[in-house]
Amino acid sequence: MSDITQQLQAQVQRAFQANNPLLIRGGGSKFFYGNACDGEVFAAGEHRGIIEYEPKELVITARAGTPLKDIESTLAQHGQMLAFEPPHFGETATLGGTIACGFSGPRRAFAGSARDFVLGCKVLTGKGEVIEFGGKVIKNVAGYDVSRLMAGALGTLGVILEVSLKVLPVPEAETTLAIAAHTNEAIDIMNARAGQPLPLSGAVYDGEAVVMRFSSTELGIKELRKKIAGDELKQGPEFWRQVKEQQHFFFANDMPLWRLSLAPATLPLGLPGSWLFDWGGALRWLKTDASPRDVRDAVAAEGGHATLFKHREFWERQQPYCVFHPLPSALMAIHQKLKTAFDPAKILNRHRLYEDRI
Amino acid sequence: MNDLHKKPLLINALRSGLPDNAILSSEEALRPYECDALSAYRELPLLVVLPETIEQVQAVITACASLEVPVVARGAGTGLSGGALPLSNGVVLSLAKFTRILGIDQLNRTACVQPGVRNLAISEAAAPYGLYYAPDPSSQIACSIGGNVAENSGGVHCLKYGLTVHNIQQLKVVTIGGDILTLGGSGFDGAGYDLLALMCGSEGMLGIIVEITVKLLPKPEYAQLIMAAFDDLAKAGKAVGDILAAGIVPAGLEMMDNLAIRASEAYVNAGYPTDAAAILLCELDGCSAEVRQQIQKVQAVLQQAGATSQRISADDAERELLWKGRKAAFPAVGRISPDYYCMDGTIPRRQLPYVLQRISELSGEYGLPVANVFHAGDGNLHPLILYDANIQGELQKAEELGGKILEICVEVGGTITGEHGVGVEKINQMCVQFSPLALQQFHAVKQAFDPQQLLNPGKAVPSLHRCAELGAMHVHGGKLPFPDLERF
Repeated sequence: MSDITQQLQAQVQRAFQANNPLLIRGGGSKFFYGNACDGEVFAAGEHRGIIEYEPKELVITARAGTPLKDIESTLAQHGQMLAFEPPHFGETATLGGTIACGFSGPRRAFAGSARDFVLGCKVLTGKGEVIEFGGKVIKNVAGYDVSRLMAGALGTLGVILEVSLKVLPVPEAETTLAIAAHTNEAIDIMNARAGQPLPLSGAVYDGEAVVMRFSSTELGIKELRKKIAGDELKQGPEFWRQVKEQQHFFFANDMPLWRLSLAPATLPLGLPGSWLFDWGGALRWLKTDASPRDVRDAVAAEGGHATLFKHREFWERQQPYCVFHPLPSALMAIHQKLKTAFDPAKILNRHRLYEDRI
Repeated sequence: MNDLHKKPLLINALRSGLPDNAILSSEEALRPYECDALSAYRELPLLVVLPETIEQVQAVITACASLEVPVVARGAGTGLSGGALPLSNGVVLSLAKFTRILGIDQLNRTACVQPGVRNLAISEAAAPYGLYYAPDPSSQIACSIGGNVAENSGGVHCLKYGLTVHNIQQLKVVTIGGDILTLGGSGFDGAGYDLLALMCGSEGMLGIIVEITVKLLPKPEYAQLIMAAFDDLAKAGKAVGDILAAGIVPAGLEMMDNLAIRASEAYVNAGYPTDAAAILLCELDGCSAEVRQQIQKVQAVLQQAGATSQRISADDAERELLWKGRKAAFPAVGRISPDYYCMDGTIPRRQLPYVLQRISELSGEYGLPVANVFHAGDGNLHPLILYDANIQGELQKAEELGGKILEICVEVGGTITGEHGVGVEKINQMCVQFSPLALQQFHAVKQAFDPQQLLNPGKAVPSLHRCAELGAMHVHGGKLPFPDLERF
């Protein structure tokens, strides 16, 4: 437990005056993510500790450097969880890094994303100001929703110091069912099921089988088993953990890994490579050496976006590509103005999201 | 140039992009637009325009921006915080003609709609597919989805199903520069900053929403409601936390106090116990085995919490009847008082007994009765202050009392608005809830979208000067923020 706000604030203030870029680092578990950027390492991981947690309120507030596993184990003691099922990508993952990256796991498609559960946050802007946004209550529409804007902003609008999240009870019972299917069938099965009143909490297609998780009460799961076909996967929890943490065998090599966000029922895109579908088809992992342009064009044609999630160095050696999907100019202009509004000298994770104009 | 001189120039500029009948300028035609559902505040706009295509919206924006005329977007005008209150020197841009449902995608579970489509109309259109749009503000038969996005509306089911922000997938927005931005994506997220989240609840101050893709959910197979009576408000309040701590997330969890119970019962005869100090309405939904099991669990929790009686809906007709009393609470209170003023604070649930006690003290002090209707599950209070606008000074008294209630909400760690928005109504309380640095940052956000300050200016975020004048600024450690600011 320690509050090092003042120390962090002083460091940002000095960097702001000296126009010295900072590389924000919590636990370092997600350093692979985003565009390459350099600067002085800004170690925020020591700013840690759960500040407030009252299970009856369904809200937890903690400093950003708090290890994610500490948050999850504290919640678990009270039968609660982070319902967006965040991946850790390493032992050292912090709450702040999780929210800054905006990462969510398999349950996201049915329970909501990291940003959906953000209720408020305290941030340290690029001007060295400490500001609180949002709140610690479940409904709050006072002021612009800056706290949710921070989710996924990769620290480029401010260093997250504290976050308040809505939490939910752990389901009483869960089961995982697998059904062998071809790709097109899999897309149909997952989306047809998602349109029915079933307690779905995960839907993955790994190229061979649709794997679906259901969460309910014990009687609810029993009743469901009578209605839904499929072989029960005994090692269900381990399957979901592997998918979430990218430890499933699909993820095991150094090929560029693309994250495609698409309407879940989008038909197969026809890009070469191998695929794993999560979120009922709305999140598609693609391992391919197809050119970034080809990937982006195919995804954009379907109204989605593509991120070069891992192994960007494969392409960097030839020609640097922005790992995030390029934005139309009017939207990019708003991004730049917002960046300037929070971080006028562009010292926070410079270029990590999009190239900053200095 | 003064505003009167601008009017003919503006009409001229608008005529090149809009048909004549889409421009209202006579006092008679403007009158219906002078207020939204917060009718205590009224103002006649310079003009009202009713475009029906996105190109026409762009033409309106371009004309207004070039003459520096402010623009106030308006949906169905059911907002409760004066967000659509016109500006005397501004144009009201009504989206009332954008009423088309552009498509329902059954497999992807989305509906693409224009902003003027009524909230309930989306669920009606989705019903043949077994789908619906979850957020259900009590005005859902009349309110428009564009307004829902602008206010980030909630409803009785948002504890389980979320607010508008959780149920929107994509927005098309016309900027003050006349550009069209697509925010979000065909999937569950978009590239770059989450501007979709920022746009939800931005009260028409960042852009004009012209198209919305909402998420649709499968209609739950089964729903059942428990009504529990309590002889003590604090016990009812505690029962709410007990239900949630027991691992149950009800679809709806509502509470009413005795005054609200009696008013509703007299109006709809739902069978509410009129002698109870409070009732809780707890709805569970899901598959039938799950609901039956949870109902048993909730019954036990309520029993333990000291409920004096419990009634479980036997069928949908009874469930709907029990809901009807809650949903009719506002008009029911309207029958027992010439006027009422609805507040919208949210508090941590554990503070409920304290806050209700303070409200009751204030009610006595001001001599104005307060009926309490409460989205208890998510801590969102709707105290209804009863007053008579024909009595000189009562409205002011009601507003003052309302302001004090909101300040109590902030004091206990809550917020001044859970779902109705700030608008003009709660702008002073923003000075209490947010630090000057936060307010300044909000202004910087607006500046990024609207450098000329033309989109609904003056709403939702107070100027630092205004806060200083109110003397309501945060003072930390005895240091007055911004000591160089003039204070009047």
